[in-house]
Amino acid sequence: MKNISTDVLIVGAGPAGSTAARELAAQDIDVIVLEKKPEIGCFKRCAEGITLRGLIDVGIKPQKEWALGHISGARLYPPSGKNVVEMTGDRMEGYVVERKVFEKWLASRAVKEGARFMVKTPALEFHRVGDKCIVKTQFMDEPVSIESNLVLGADGVESKVGRWAGIRALNRISDYHSGFQYEMAGVNVDDAYIHLFFGNEVAPKGYLWVFPKKFSANVGIGVLTKEIQDKRPMDYLHTFIDAHPDMFANASPLEVNAGGVPVAHNTEMVTDNVMLIGDAAQVVHPLHGGGIVRSIKSAQAAAHTALLALEEKNYSQKRLMQYQDWWDDAYGVQMAKLMKIRSFLERLDDKDYELLAEVLSGEDIMAAVDAKTTFFMKKLITKPSIARLVKKYLSG
Amino acid sequence: MVVKINHDKCMYCGGCVGVCPMNALTLQETRLTVSKKCNECGICMQFCPVGALQ
Repeated sequence: MKNISTDVLIVGAGPAGSTAARELAAQDIDVIVLEKKPEIGCFKRCAEGITLRGLIDVGIKPQKEWALGHISGARLYPPSGKNVVEMTGDRMEGYVVERKVFEKWLASRAVKEGARFMVKTPALEFHRVGDKCIVKTQFMDEPVSIESNLVLGADGVESKVGRWAGIRALNRISDYHSGFQYEMAGVNVDDAYIHLFFGNEVAPKGYLWVFPKKFSANVGIGVLTKEIQDKRPMDYLHTFIDAHPDMFANASPLEVNAGGVPVAHNTEMVTDNVMLIGDAAQVVHPLHGGGIVRSIKSAQAAAHTALLALEEKNYSQKRLMQYQDWWDDAYGVQMAKLMKIRSFLERLDDKDYELLAEVLSGEDIMAAVDAKTTFFMKKLITKPSIARLVKKYLSG
Repeated sequence: MVVKINHDKCMYCGGCVGVCPMNALTLQETRLTVSKKCNECGICMQFCPVGALQ
């Protein structure tokens, strides 16, 4: 048994884990990051879209090594395919990134600051001993015991850290998308746009996407888990691909992915000695399911609190609660509004989608994504043809 | 009885682990396992994007 001691142990080397590692190491904190997989960045569970604004917001400049597809807008398709709504403008500029490279790049930046990573090294057990945590792990056939003051759970939707430490970080089927995706070459779409397809036959209470990368595209679907009966997300995607030879006649998969997407924030984020960040903390945007920027944000905020806790040698839930309070202050109101809009969208039938596509502009949809509910409502009210949708909205 | 995992279909995405109310599922690298805590509630089966849980 090898014994290691560190200030902070981070479980998971995704965007959240590597960001927290970098922030802490830059302040001369001893940091170890555990990654259970043999390689950081695979297997992806992500459509890989990110806005330039989001990147700037978390202090990252796009790099040509991982910012592959350059996107200038989104096209939203109602079930009929008519009245496609286009979203453009500075706000929509962004990239489809290569997560495998992006995550290694983030990790390398943390290493540069002094953080240390261990790969193919899963967290197996968690205990508290006095004021410290012991995490048992293993590399190859060597057991390793790591003692730390703080553990950051950046271990994704399947987070064990939270549950071990006493946080009931559980996802509900009414707040969780079941996702399936192919990365394909040879897809015929306008590669300056991401393409989103809606409808209850296409993707019940979710959407289907085509995100062009440089020489490939992510073609995927997210369906609300509660809605799944016999037809699975994989089946819906196959139906769509078969029905659209215009896009897929010459396409072939390079990769197949699956994943769960939390579309609500239903968990506590801290307890004694432990903070959850990223998907483990359920931080994705409930309407579009984007999570990279928010995961990084959560990591930065948790690292900030961790620094203060280490300085004060106080690792209690009460001390760490600063991180959760910050999160709630920053996102609580917005999340509540977005949940209301999500619930409205989930009550729409295909005719409703057609109506919305007829009357809404890209700007209106941006208002919804930004949780500007008053603005969004005003837009709905001024269109007499969708008065019944206003009722649907208010009845939620 | 516990849920059956079809390893030929499993994509090791870990999504099922995150919805298991019994904390009975664990994903290590590409190996999904189920413990005796499983009470066959069926939530993971409903979630699985490819139908690898029966």
